[in-house]
Amino acid sequence: MKLGFSIGAALSLTFVTLAALSFVWTPSDIETLDIANKLQTPSADHLLGTDHFGRDILSMIMMGARTSIAVAVVAVGIGMAVGIPLGLWAAARSGSLLDEVIMRGNDLVFAFPSLVIAILITAVFGPSAVNAIIAIGIFNIPVFARLARGAALPLWERDFILAARVCGKSSARISAEHILPNIMNLMIVQGTIQFSLGILAEAALSYIGLGAQPPTASWGRMLADAQTLTAIAPHTALIPGGTIVLMVLGLNLLGDGLRDRLDPRIRVDRT
Amino acid sequence: MYMITRLTATAGLALLGTTALAQTDITVAIQLEPPNLDPTSGAAQAIDSVLYSNVFEGLTRFMADGSVVPGLAQSWEISGDGLTYTFTLRPGVTFHDGTVMDAADVKFSLDRARAEDSTNAQKGLFADIAEVTVIDPQTVKVRLAQQNGAFLFNMAWGDAVIVAPESIETIATNPIGTGAFAFADWVQGDRLELTRNDAYWGTPPALEAATFRFIADPTAAFAAVMAEDVDVFVGYPAPENLPQFEADPRFQVLVGNTEGETILSTNNKMPPFDNPLVREALAHAIDRQAIIDGAMFGYGTPIGTHFAPHNPDYVDLLDTSPHDPDRARALLAEAGFAEGFTTTLKLPPPSYARRGGEIIAAQLREVGIQTEITNVEWAQWIEEVFTNKDFGLTIVSHTEPMDIGIYANPDYYFQYDNPDFQALMDRLNATTDPAARSDLMAQAQTIIAQDYVNGFLFQLAVPTVANAKINGLWTDQPTAAVDLTGVSWSE
Repeated sequence: MKLGFSIGAALSLTFVTLAALSFVWTPSDIETLDIANKLQTPSADHLLGTDHFGRDILSMIMMGARTSIAVAVVAVGIGMAVGIPLGLWAAARSGSLLDEVIMRGNDLVFAFPSLVIAILITAVFGPSAVNAIIAIGIFNIPVFARLARGAALPLWERDFILAARVCGKSSARISAEHILPNIMNLMIVQGTIQFSLGILAEAALSYIGLGAQPPTASWGRMLADAQTLTAIAPHTALIPGGTIVLMVLGLNLLGDGLRDRLDPRIRVDRT
Repeated sequence: MYMITRLTATAGLALLGTTALAQTDITVAIQLEPPNLDPTSGAAQAIDSVLYSNVFEGLTRFMADGSVVPGLAQSWEISGDGLTYTFTLRPGVTFHDGTVMDAADVKFSLDRARAEDSTNAQKGLFADIAEVTVIDPQTVKVRLAQQNGAFLFNMAWGDAVIVAPESIETIATNPIGTGAFAFADWVQGDRLELTRNDAYWGTPPALEAATFRFIADPTAAFAAVMAEDVDVFVGYPAPENLPQFEADPRFQVLVGNTEGETILSTNNKMPPFDNPLVREALAHAIDRQAIIDGAMFGYGTPIGTHFAPHNPDYVDLLDTSPHDPDRARALLAEAGFAEGFTTTLKLPPPSYARRGGEIIAAQLREVGIQTEITNVEWAQWIEEVFTNKDFGLTIVSHTEPMDIGIYANPDYYFQYDNPDFQALMDRLNATTDPAARSDLMAQAQTIIAQDYVNGFLFQLAVPTVANAKINGLWTDQPTAAVDLTGVSWSE
């Protein structure tokens, strides 16, 4: 388990570093095409070869990491920023009509196949990275809302909350000051999982042409572009495909590792 | 029971051994499915691809090399003033429903196409016809309002085929023509079937049945050809796979010319493209060879104007717009756009547009023009670009033969309005002398090249991938057609 965590952290950190590095430096400029040097296999000049327009694939992967991470971070951010307060609110008014409305509303969103709705949103509002973010973000809301409510409910029974209520703190203040810090570890673990799902969703949307538009690099679109080239230049498909696998694997391992460390229920089991 | 089965199997094998006859059916794939089956009202190319020459025939017809030869008219006489064409029809021609094809059908077809309320997609072909008269069942006289040197050429188009009044009501779903193949069945979204017309007036075709299938997705196209699910793919969508088919002894690859001038269509009415300097800058920013190599993997011929390079009247005007980014930047500065500008680039599905668009976007970026790329489906393209003219730039291939006349129509989607050019086209239409026509066509090509109406990119090549045992396929596409009348299997 500890090894998994290390591998996961290392993989995730690698991609985040690559994405950060791309802001200041990439091996070559991906906005200039070099058709004469298209579909080259990996070499000293191009460590991961070139694509069908002669662009350096390593540079594309770095720029693509930026797109993927940005979309996933903002989407998870939307999910947390809206979902957690909703969940806390529902927990504070547990059993009331408000609780029912919030949670059934979440069920409603949850019931839709997320990718289909994401396609619908991008199809209606036009394909772009921003719409992809919104589409993925909306489906993160119920995940966090449910988890937050579930984790907050037992806390409301605890003595320290009772003490806070006796002191006259409002339920909103209690949620923010006492409940939230105690469920944050769970949220972080879930955030990591949602983050990897976000990366996958962004790749899927870009693959079908509904994510980031050219010339913005995107792993999913790299795969789509390489679709008919697999027979003559397999590396153009294998590299972005492998990258997505490694990134998602890394985040999942990291999430598992974080859960082992942060989730109080598991910690209790161990001792 | 077991014995019987084995005996039957043996008998079956023996039968196979003795009857090694050539195959008589064929499965042909094309990219797009026809929206309906009436070539005289629909504009979609796919209608002609399936039906031209196979099911429907006109007075004249195109051959594989683009020449125009007699079709249902076996001969004709042109009066001295060039205004009256007297066609003698072939005797004994019947439609697939058994009715006789005679002069009345010709009059009906031409009158229907040129009528006020006609929905023919190429009404211009019939614009000069003043009157169609039936002389006798085998003879029909067409009087023109003015001389038209291209009249016999016009009559060869898929939009000018002869149809019968008896079957016109249901033509869109049940096309009845005079061709070597009769329409059999159309399962929308899946396939369209033709069977041999045994009453055909001409040389009977070798094939007994043909099935058309519609595969637009490049990956699915590759799989279908590789698995030999289709025998022929006309207009194969992924040029990058062609070397692989060429190396495979099971297949033959034919790369032919088309009438498809692939252009960076520019909205001539939308600022800043209403400024000729900006359009000139655009023309110099484009590197045609990079687009052909990058988007079409080398298949395609650069063009400097809107005219097919294999046409004898083509003028090489590539010199008017060589790739010169510095000059493009200077021209932009002169036009007042030293800082560049941003415009839209709408790309329909074919790879010449999607891939070509990314390359052009990079080339334009180099001279300071930023493009917002939007990928659109064909239906969306027709609505937003072609009909509503809501676009800055788009990439499209104009596959109609000899279609330079579209530049004389100021309402056409790229909205080029030049009275000189329009007058020139009128003169061209009124000229029958071949040398004079050549000269006028050269002038027309030069005007649009020097006005930089659109970014002229390349002549689209059409790759056909077929089973190596198939003979008689068209290599070039002088018009959109998959003519199966001369196709056969060897062995």
